[in-house]
Amino acid sequence: MFRKGKTNGRAYGSGVLRHPKKRYWVVFLLPTAAAFAIGFVWPFLQGIYLSFCSFVTTADAKWIGVGNYVSAFRDRGFVYSFWYTALFAVVALVLINVLAFAVAYVLTQRIKGANLFRTVFFMPNLIGGIVLGYIWSILFDGVLRWYNTSILLETWYGFWGLVILMCWQQIGYMMIIYIAGLQAVPEDMLEAARIDGASGWQTLRRVTIPNLMPSITICTFLTLTNSFKLFDQNLALTGGAPFQFKTLPDGTLSTIKTTEMLALNIYNTFYGQNSAARGTAQAKAVLFFLLVGAISIAQLRATRNKEVQQ
Amino acid sequence: MSDKQKGGLRARNRRRRMLTGVFSVIAVIYLLPVVVVLINAFKSNSFVKTQTFSLPTPESFVGVDNFVKGMTFGNYPFAKSVLYSAVITILSTALILLCTSMAAWYMARVNSRLCRNIYYLFVFSMVVPFQMVMFTLSKTADTVRLFGFWGPKLNTPWTIPIIYLGFGAGLAVFMFNGFVKSIPLEIEEAASIDGCGPIRTYFKVVFPMLRPTMISVGILEIMWIWNDYLLPYLVLDRNEYMTIPIHIQYLQGSYGAVDLGATMALILLSIIPVIVFYLLCQKHIIKGVAAGAVKG
Repeated sequence: MFRKGKTNGRAYGSGVLRHPKKRYWVVFLLPTAAAFAIGFVWPFLQGIYLSFCSFVTTADAKWIGVGNYVSAFRDRGFVYSFWYTALFAVVALVLINVLAFAVAYVLTQRIKGANLFRTVFFMPNLIGGIVLGYIWSILFDGVLRWYNTSILLETWYGFWGLVILMCWQQIGYMMIIYIAGLQAVPEDMLEAARIDGASGWQTLRRVTIPNLMPSITICTFLTLTNSFKLFDQNLALTGGAPFQFKTLPDGTLSTIKTTEMLALNIYNTFYGQNSAARGTAQAKAVLFFLLVGAISIAQLRATRNKEVQQ
Repeated sequence: MSDKQKGGLRARNRRRRMLTGVFSVIAVIYLLPVVVVLINAFKSNSFVKTQTFSLPTPESFVGVDNFVKGMTFGNYPFAKSVLYSAVITILSTALILLCTSMAAWYMARVNSRLCRNIYYLFVFSMVVPFQMVMFTLSKTADTVRLFGFWGPKLNTPWTIPIIYLGFGAGLAVFMFNGFVKSIPLEIEEAASIDGCGPIRTYFKVVFPMLRPTMISVGILEIMWIWNDYLLPYLVLDRNEYMTIPIHIQYLQGSYGAVDLGATMALILLSIIPVIVFYLLCQKHIIKGVAAGAVKG
């Protein structure tokens, strides 16, 4: 019959409190869910379907099976852009993280003006990729003009130009994460190391860096995914130039845009002159998604493992 | 204090002073690209190319001519691009903050199996790169109307916030969800017992508590949307609407034929609001960015 105290109260509470809230889904959940369906779920599913179709617009799609994927892998420009992106990602990953860590380490040593330096180093992060690309193309061309050349004329200029640009933009961002990590290193551990007579270098290797592993994991994956997804800066700085033309054995002319990264390659395949290649472009986009998704899952695993260890 | 300790302290102080010196030089170099934009905004076209790094001289200095010229550059008024950028950024951010916080609260509190699955779908959307959906998304925005089959299409600056809400909901829902879970349920229960319905409970009790996360998410969304190029470029009706990044890229597309001085003036105009915004809310920006990075 009537139960006393807690049980009764809770049953009464959940009956009144939970039930009516659930009925308000139209107000709370529907707007976001509807926009999500239009802005993500439907385009995503349609994108997967279209990657198996031949199409120019979404209305005239015709199922052709895995043909698009075959032609994506046969596309020399696509394969080239994958390796180019991977190389860029590795170089940017190492440079950005080493430099950002060094800056963060110095700025947490109580030097004068640390806050001002932090402000300056983070600033480029707020400028958009297109504007950044344009600014740097003017800068690089301003220097290269003394040697009668341009960033658009040499593949390696474009490569290192983009590396420098990304360093300029991202060091400040990663620095912020490293500073937060460094400030969380337990003071008593550093104190203990000092009392035990550890040198600065030993303290860094044995105490600071092990404690910083979560930050290092985050920054590593952030730079990796940022590099793979890079589009705006790539488009604005070189747009893929210089191009390399080659006549294939079967007589067709193949063009490789030698500074074109994956995202730009997909974009150019979609919206280039050959609108029959859109199926291939969508297949490339699915492969691109799988690649970025795999990196994200690896990141999730890595952060989980770290959490278990602590 | 022994002499040795004093010596060590002095050495450390000297090292710190030296580091300040070195970093001052690096900081100046770091600001150089912005300075170059600043000085070139006042030079005439040919001097931007040949003397990129020198200060304006009497013969290269053109005063505010570049700014005047830049305003109507590329047959599209720059002021319109600025206006549309502002409209899109403000509307989208406001819509995202309001809708996703409500959705995240609802899903965290109701916590049924359906809600959890929808939540995982939101989290999943965070790892999907834009290239995966760009073609189909722009086609969808071209056909779907605000109220299903009537009303304006989703390809105008006034309706594109819905696209941003849909595509950008993942991160916002994820961040709000994390925070809602840390709010003790008792506070809301107390409000309910006092007679508040869910809507009143949300707006009077939960919403004010979400403030710190609102600021973090808001900063991230503003930075993303203000600088975003590809989504508005593909979704908006290109002949009628441009945003600042689209405008700048449009000018660069006609490289060589373009007045570089005037372009520099426009670039300067487009980074000034960003820098002012940064200096005004630097603390929040750095905190928001760090929060987004750690969670994303």
